[in-house]
Parts: sequence; C-alpha cells; structure tokens
Amino acid sequence: MAFKTEHFMLNVGPQHPSTHGVFRMRFTLDGEVIVDLEPIFGYLHRGIEKLAEDRTYTQNIPFTDRLDYLASMTSNQAYCMAVEKLAGITVPERAEYIRVIMSELQRIASHLAGIGFFLQDLGAFMTPLLYMFREREKIVDLFDMVCGQRLNYNYLRFGGLSQDIPPEFIPALKKLVNALPGFIDEYDRLISENEVFLVRTKGVGILSREMAISSAAAGPVLRGSDVNWDIRKSNPYSVYDRFEFDIPVAKTGDSFDRYWVRLQEMRQSVRIIEQAIEQLPEGDVQAKVSRLLKPPAGDAYVSIEGPKGEIGFYLVSDGSVKPYRWRVRPPCFINLTTLRDIIIGWKVADAMVIFGSIDIVLGEVDR
Amino acid sequence: MTAALSAPDLAARLEKEFPGAIVESNADSLVVDSVKLPDIASFLKNTPELDFDYLTNLTAVDYKEHFELVYHLLSISRNHSLTLKTRCYDRENPTVPSLVALWNAADLQEREVYDLFGIVFSGHPNMKRIFLWEGFPGYPLRKDFGDGV
Repeated sequence: MAFKTEHFMLNVGPQHPSTHGVFRMRFTLDGEVIVDLEPIFGYLHRGIEKLAEDRTYTQNIPFTDRLDYLASMTSNQAYCMAVEKLAGITVPERAEYIRVIMSELQRIASHLAGIGFFLQDLGAFMTPLLYMFREREKIVDLFDMVCGQRLNYNYLRFGGLSQDIPPEFIPALKKLVNALPGFIDEYDRLISENEVFLVRTKGVGILSREMAISSAAAGPVLRGSDVNWDIRKSNPYSVYDRFEFDIPVAKTGDSFDRYWVRLQEMRQSVRIIEQAIEQLPEGDVQAKVSRLLKPPAGDAYVSIEGPKGEIGFYLVSDGSVKPYRWRVRPPCFINLTTLRDIIIGWKVADAMVIFGSIDIVLGEVDR
Repeated sequence: MTAALSAPDLAARLEKEFPGAIVESNADSLVVDSVKLPDIASFLKNTPELDFDYLTNLTAVDYKEHFELVYHLLSISRNHSLTLKTRCYDRENPTVPSLVALWNAADLQEREVYDLFGIVFSGHPNMKRIFLWEGFPGYPLRKDFGDGV
C-alpha cells in the first residue's frame, strides 16, 4: 500500500542564529530534502541609496561603513575612488599605500569573521569563532589606532585619508604581520584536515563555473568555482600593480572550496602588506580637495575587489553638491542570486552549510 | 587592465547588424533602443570576440523625463568592459525587456529596480517586489516619490 505524502513548508528566519542577521528563507521540503527555496529580503532595508541623494558627497562616506559592516574600509575605498573618478582627483602615493594596507587588513578581518561564523553554522559552537576573533581583535585595534573606530571607520576621504597613521602604527602592524602566517597555519591545521568538517563541506553545494559567471558571483564564491578573476589583478587599481601576490583558485565550487579560497587569500594579503610596509613612501596623505565638493555633471562606475567580491559604486552627478544617483553594486546581494540553485536537492542540515559558505552581511544585501 | 571597449566603434558595427537600434554612443557608453535590447545583448554575449559573459551591475536612474537603465558588462575571458544603456519614456507603465534569460545575474537586480523604480521587466520569471512589501505605496527611488505628501 502506498502512503500519501505531501510537501512541508519550513520557515527559517528572519530571526535565526544561522542567517547572519535578518535574512529569511522559506523552504519546501520533501521529507528532509529541499525541493524549493524562496529567499526573502528586505528586513534590514534602510533605503540608503535614497537617503544618499539628499546628502553631500562627504556626508555619504559614513553610509558606506554601514553596508558591509565587517568590511567598512573597502566600501570606503570603493566609494572614494568613484567620487575621485567623477571629480578627477588624484590621491597622493602615501595615501594609496595606506589604503592598500587597510584594505588587506580588512580582507583578513572579514575572512576571519566569515570562516568563524561558517564553522559556527556547522555546529562548532563558539570555539572556532573565538580563535578567529583573537586575531581579528588585533586588526580592529590597529583600525582603532588610525581612526578611533572599531567597526564603522569612516577613515578615507576623497583624495586621501582623514589623517595620517600614528607613529606607533607601523611597529604594531609589523608585529601582527610577523605573527599572522603562524596563526593561519594553525587554522589550516585545525580546520582543513578536520574529518567532520570535510564530510560536511566537501562536495556540498556545488556551484558550477558557468553558473558562477552567469550569476555574476564575485570574490571567493567566484574563485571557488574555478574562475581566475580578481580585480586587483585583472584591473589593478590604486598601487596593486607594484606587489607580487597570487590569486588562489579552487576547482570544484563546493562549500569547502569557498572556505579554502578565503583561507589562502589571507596568506596573500599578508604578503601584500609586507611589501606595502617596505615600499611605504613619506609625504602627504591628502590632496587639496574642496570641502564642499561639486563634481562635474556626468556618471562614473568604479569597482574594486572587496573581501566578499566586487564592490562597486555607480554615481551620477548633476553638478550640485549632492549626488543625483548613488548606487552600490553589492557583492553579498548578487552572490545570493545562486543560492536557490545550489541549495535545492540538499538536506535541511546542509542548507546552513551552503548558506554560510557564501558569507554575506545583511547590511549590504538589504542596504 | 580591463579595457573599456570604444562605444563608437562598437556602435558602427551594431548599426550594421541592427539598423536603427543605436540611439546614441559617446566615449564611455552605448545607448540602445529598448525594443532591440535583448537582441543586442545576445549579440554582445554570443559573438566570440566580444564574449560579454558577465553582467556586473544593473541599475536605473530617474531623469524625470525618462528612466535610464544602465548595464555594466564585462568579459572575463577577454578582460574588457562596456556600459550599455537604454531609455524608457513611459512613466505610467514603464516596461523594458528582461535579460534574465541571458544572464542569471539580472534576476535579483531587475527585481530591485522594479521594487524601487516601478519599471517592469517583461519576461522576468518572478517579477515581485524584493525589499519592500507588496502594497507599499509608490516607488522610492523615483524623483517624484513623496511629492504632494
């Protein structure tokens, strides 16, 4: 006798420890297997793009901190670079080097948080996260030293930086950079060979190369799917063409590969910072820029490689002190395009692994 | 370095393939007729030496007398880029063809433009609001949003 069965709806979030904020997913289940997924956005939508149209260009810098709040420095940089392109501002060399140092520190900090929360989603409650935050804390202390903030830095300005780095910064940075490779090795040893971790992530949630490109996935999600694409190499901005570093690329596109790319990228970031400290020139950190900036009418799109992927800004100026249109190209949001496709067919317990491996921050998804 | 393709050169070539479809071409962007948009986009994606396989960014701007849709295209294999634009003059029922069939990346971004500008993408499989709820009055990123309140 055949039993009649029916699909089951399961709601996850918006208040759920594994959704990294307020993200909601509605699963349709056949037993334990996911047959459909509807992602529901908007619980953190603050209308930043609209608000930005009513503020001056400078007043909008703090908004960029509140997009991906685990990577405020790179959002700062992408926005400042877009305005600099629009207004034709050149940045002093010393400021470019400091921006690179901040950007790479931010990448390490973001990946540490990303990997820590990913492991927490897997059920390794708190311990890995605290290991990751041990090092992230030191990076945050360095940011605190340069701008007095631990999360929303608001450090960059059009044409440079709000202030130069203090004298105690470089010694503290050197100490951290010397210690970091050892810590990354430790994470590698503890996580990459952990059998439970491997069983739960290897081959789980495979994103094919074609799908990754078609969905405009970016950052570790794209490079985990065998696409060698990093804007720091493909379109070197700032002073990235002066450093030697590699782009880690993984073949399979599963959850493990996305984790692995993040881990390897931290090593490369350390390499970049070491070279940047060595080459750091003396000089000004701020070009002469009008306090009330009025970029000439026109539009500009600039994107850079943030920790989560391509973070870009499309700005339209009408020649006034306020931007006419202020658009963010949000990597976290666009990376979620593939979520439904890579989750369908897996069990509920795998859904959190796959979702965690994408590494999103809701501040940027919903804006 | 990602090379920005010269829009006037490309415009001359597209004009041969799609007569009358090019509205305007300037140094850094190409404006095309929205009716021909899917054909042109498909040509840009499928011509081997162009190979625009990656739709980076899709957004809209409200210029009051018309909406402008902006598509930032990229070719990963050839490392070049293009800014493609199209215009929509109808404010009551603005409709533009969807590009989801060509680039999956258009899926969420077109929904976002619909949500905040009220531009309908014909052919989109799931044309629903994304950040705001169904029934939200108006479209916030339009310049006349909030007028007369």
